[in-house]
Order: sequence, then structure tokens, then C-alpha cells
Amino acid sequence: MGAEKRTAAEKADFKRELTQVVPHLRAFARGLCGRADMADDLVQEALLKAWAAQDRFQPGTSMRAWTFVILRNAYLTDMRRNRFRGEYDETVAERVLTAPAGQEEPIHLSDMHRALLTLPPERREALLLVGAGGFSYEEAATICGCAVGTIKSRVGRARAALNTMLTEGSIPQHSLDDETAHRAILEELDEVASGNGVAARS
Amino acid sequence: MTADEKSASGKGGEKRSPGREAGKPDWSNGLRQLYDSVLDEELPDTFKDLLSKLDDKD
Repeated sequence: MGAEKRTAAEKADFKRELTQVVPHLRAFARGLCGRADMADDLVQEALLKAWAAQDRFQPGTSMRAWTFVILRNAYLTDMRRNRFRGEYDETVAERVLTAPAGQEEPIHLSDMHRALLTLPPERREALLLVGAGGFSYEEAATICGCAVGTIKSRVGRARAALNTMLTEGSIPQHSLDDETAHRAILEELDEVASGNGVAARS
Repeated sequence: MTADEKSASGKGGEKRSPGREAGKPDWSNGLRQLYDSVLDEELPDTFKDLLSKLDDKD
């Protein structure tokens, strides 16, 4: 069906579905880039790209997964242009998680977010997709354009790293400001992006 | 065109506390809460404007 012109009804359906996934795009973007204002800019960019590419959307498939690919590609591109440095958004700093029953110390959302942002981007996105977005490993693999085993491994490593940071309270403060760390992240990004021949490179 | 601060202050993460899944560390719910807290925010006007303008873009 790819290149056919869409009818008005199909366009209306597309727009309705696109509208419904906006909160999810914002949540994914916030987790990816850490700052609410930059995340929202990224979502706007992704929405415009999705709209322009709507003829490539297969009706009946997951709009959330499709738009996440577009958002992710926009993020990777911007990351390589050095726009995001995983800066931490202080507006969430005061939020505190409810302590699970039987546990004394609540985990602060701010600690969680900061710890998340210290992860290499490909592990962070894998954990966000599976652990927060509720995607299956298979769906996450499709979104990231890699093998299911790769996603499982990334999620596992991300969980282990977060576990260490949050249980030992050893969250790096400024790791992403560090020039060396930043360069390493950009190199990993190139790797992630090159493994991604899939959809929506728009 | 950035969302202003008040959109980010939202409702906080206290609303949902999904049941703990067996075998997962305590913070795994926090990840979900982080995500859900953004879902719960009211959509900034910039998005409403953008969505309403999409139809004119063809």
C-alpha cells in the first residue's frame, strides 16, 4: 500500500492515532534526553516528520512503535550534532517515589532519572522501551533495528548498572559533562545508528 | 517555543503505584513512574497548536 494517496478518512484516522501517542512520545523523549524543553522540541520535530511520512505508515500497525522509531532517529541525529548532553532537568528533582512496602528509604525520582541519564544511550533506550514503555523485547528490537538478543543484553546491563547505582547510592554527578565520556557516547551512538537500517530514516 | 515550567511540574509521580512485579528490584516501578508521570501531564498548548495546524500542511 505504501505510496498510494490516502483518503480523507484515512488521514483523519492517522491524525487521531498520532494525537493519541503524543503523551507517550513526550515520556520517551524525556527519558532519552533528560530535559523537558528539549524533549518537547524533539517530539514536535518527530510529529512533523511523522505527518510528512504518513503514507509509509501501515494502518493497523502500532502507531506508538512507528513514531518511536522516528523520534529515536531524530534524537540520534541531534545527539550527533551535539545538542543534547544528557542534561538533567531540575524540575523533577523534588519528586519522591512512594516507598515500596517494607522498605525504609524511598527512591527519589530525581536519582532514578539522573542514574538513567548516565547509561550509554543504547542501554538507556532499551530499558526505557521495555521497562517503562511496556514494549516486548521483540517490539523494542524492531524499534531499535537490532536483534532481540541484543535488546535483552542491553536491558540486562542497564538494569544491573541502575541497580548498582541506586542501591549503593553511587550515581555519578557530572559524568556527561566530561569531555571523554561525551566522546565515548558519541562513538557508541554512531554504532547504534549504523545498526539501524530499518524504518523511517526520514 | 519551549514548554514552560508549569507544564513540567505536573502532578508528580505519586498517583500510580503499579503492583510490584516479582523478581524485579524496587526501583523498576520507579522507571515506570517516571514515564507515567509524563503521560499524566497536561499537554502543552504548543502541541495542540501544532496538531491543529497539521491539516493545513498538505
